Amino acid sequence: MLSLLTDHSLLMALAALLSLGAIFGGLLGFAAVRFKVEGNPISEQINALLPQTQCGQCGYPGCRPYSEAIAEGDAINKCPPGGEETIQALADLLDVEPQPLDAEHGVEKEPVVAWIREDECIGCTKCIQACPVDAILGAAKVMHTVIADECTGCDLCLDPCPVDCIDLIPRKQGIGFWHWPLPGDGAARFDIIASDNATRDAA
Amino acid sequence: MRVIHDIHGGIHPPERKELSRPGVLDQVALPPLLVLPLRQHLGAPAQPIVSLGDRVLAGEKLAEPQGLVSVPIHAPTSGTVRAIELRPIAHASGLEDLCIVLEPDGEDRWVTLSGAGDWRQCDPADLLDLVRGAGIAGMGGAGFPTAVKLNPGPSRQIETLLINGTECEPYISADDTLMQCRADALIEGAQILAHIVGASHILIGIEDNKPAAIARVTDAASRIDTAIEIASFPTKYPSGGEKQIIEILTGQQVPSGGIPADIGLVCVNPGTVVAVREAIIEGKPLTHRIVTLTGEALARPGNVIACLGTPIHFLLEQAGIAAEPQQRIIHGGPMMGFAVSDLNAPITKITNCLLAPTQTELPLPEPAKPCIRCGHCAEACPASLLPQQLYWYARAKDQEQLTEHRLFDCIECGACAYVCPSQIPLVQYYRAAKGQIRDSEQERRRSDNSRDRFEARQARLETELAAREAKRAARKAAATDRANAGGADPIQAAIDRAKARKADQETSP
Repeated sequence: MLSLLTDHSLLMALAALLSLGAIFGGLLGFAAVRFKVEGNPISEQINALLPQTQCGQCGYPGCRPYSEAIAEGDAINKCPPGGEETIQALADLLDVEPQPLDAEHGVEKEPVVAWIREDECIGCTKCIQACPVDAILGAAKVMHTVIADECTGCDLCLDPCPVDCIDLIPRKQGIGFWHWPLPGDGAARFDIIASDNATRDAA
Repeated sequence: MRVIHDIHGGIHPPERKELSRPGVLDQVALPPLLVLPLRQHLGAPAQPIVSLGDRVLAGEKLAEPQGLVSVPIHAPTSGTVRAIELRPIAHASGLEDLCIVLEPDGEDRWVTLSGAGDWRQCDPADLLDLVRGAGIAGMGGAGFPTAVKLNPGPSRQIETLLINGTECEPYISADDTLMQCRADALIEGAQILAHIVGASHILIGIEDNKPAAIARVTDAASRIDTAIEIASFPTKYPSGGEKQIIEILTGQQVPSGGIPADIGLVCVNPGTVVAVREAIIEGKPLTHRIVTLTGEALARPGNVIACLGTPIHFLLEQAGIAAEPQQRIIHGGPMMGFAVSDLNAPITKITNCLLAPTQTELPLPEPAKPCIRCGHCAEACPASLLPQQLYWYARAKDQEQLTEHRLFDCIECGACAYVCPSQIPLVQYYRAAKGQIRDSEQERRRSDNSRDRFEARQARLETELAAREAKRAARKAAATDRANAGGADPIQAAIDRAKARKADQETSP
């Protein structure tokens, strides 16, 4: 057998290639089983960029389904809560052209939280069932309230409320949320004072 | 003699400190109303514990701290609580914040104060509680709660207590005045602080443009504690930055993102030291501070000791302001301060200076011109950053590159903007970029949290659904089992029962 191979170089080459193919095929097969990735890694990365409002404005029931749809090739501009920033981040990740927000799905608004007017709440628990992140506390026939830190402002609790006692109020209110605007973004009074050049030149 | 090191960059703006006559401390009248913001420090705002119409004594606690990084607020004088409401405060935003409004009764009756007695015998932890209870926050300008700073944790051994008497910003002379007028209290406070943090060495650093302060402090130290070292070093802005003075005096650099305690130092402002002394020796909370009132628009500039909560316009009127049209009032110094939009705003624990410059003295900045890439900003930066690169990245909102270029090591001293020939408001770009990055991080944390909650809810709904399905299947299986086991068909049985009942009803009447 061995002598047959050594005598015929063509057979020798064939055998070598075949055995190499078998070895690497085996390795690849092993790797495919051993290092199998659960889920879709691209859609995971997309989901990490989405704002997790779970509002469904994109037409999908939550951020994960939309991230899976984007991974399948859906448009990246259907998320109003994320706005331009999210579209830019998605465009960078997927290496596609950023598009303006699709107005069909809504417009970018400032972040809000739900606020239950507690005097008017009748305790029907309908909003509790609608909340995608379990941010509403309460029980049947007693007042409900929103855990403001957990609320995503998705507005899904507004429709089920039979007495319309839920408002959406701006989340970032007051001095604690303020930060300096970029020059030009705000009024002139934000100008810093550091440039003292006239005095320096005179001195 | 200590070796004095140099820092990178820095500038030499006109000092203008003589204008406010450092070393002379004036009293100021009590205003008709005191406005005490609940947020006078870094961290969570305090929570009011008084209600409308309450009569309070001087030194009485008006608001409790919320959480660890927070400090209480005390009444500076006796009087009546007139309101707890949103009021304009001295803040760059010009926004309002919650304040306690106190109407002084003019009697200035104090609560009974009691100090800690012999502090040398006290446990540092107890003294730390006193510091915290006295509402002391860093008085150099940042307002970081002092009790938190003095307690860097058991993993960090503190060797040196550094008292930062640099006061490098032009115009301001509040610390200079304090060091001259209260040198003995400063030395005693330094000893107490060293006891609290367990430091074996006390070092007081003073810039060499304050010879009177150096002389007074040296004299006091020689009488009270000769182990205290006083170092003077050449005047340069911004030598008074915490990381800068540490490098000047020790040659060591605080690691990026770290705190001085990482290299065995705690660095405090002289005002804070004296406040700690009063809290420990006299049991007195922080209710007053020294404020420099200066600028050429004032007839009587100087340093005053004022109640916290005194409205800014009241202090300026006392100093004889001759306001020009569109008079700018600057809270803090000319380099790092900000213009106050409403002069009803009060002074707080962090107000070291109120500057009322004339137009010729401190003209409004000209409109910014394009960057010509001269690189002067990089030469001036005391943190060895690349201000020009940061500027471009801030404009492009490139957060990744900004972090990479160490935006958060920027101390916002304004040296880059000062030397910029195009008058670009560089610091404002950095402040805005820092705010945006902090915002994005917060949003990211929020959305991570929402994702977890959403997924937890989905999982819960699925298990509930599965449990219901399982129950239904079990019931169905049980019914089939009964039918198969030879028992009557349940439907047929029900029909039979109904028939029997009907027959019963028909026969019985």
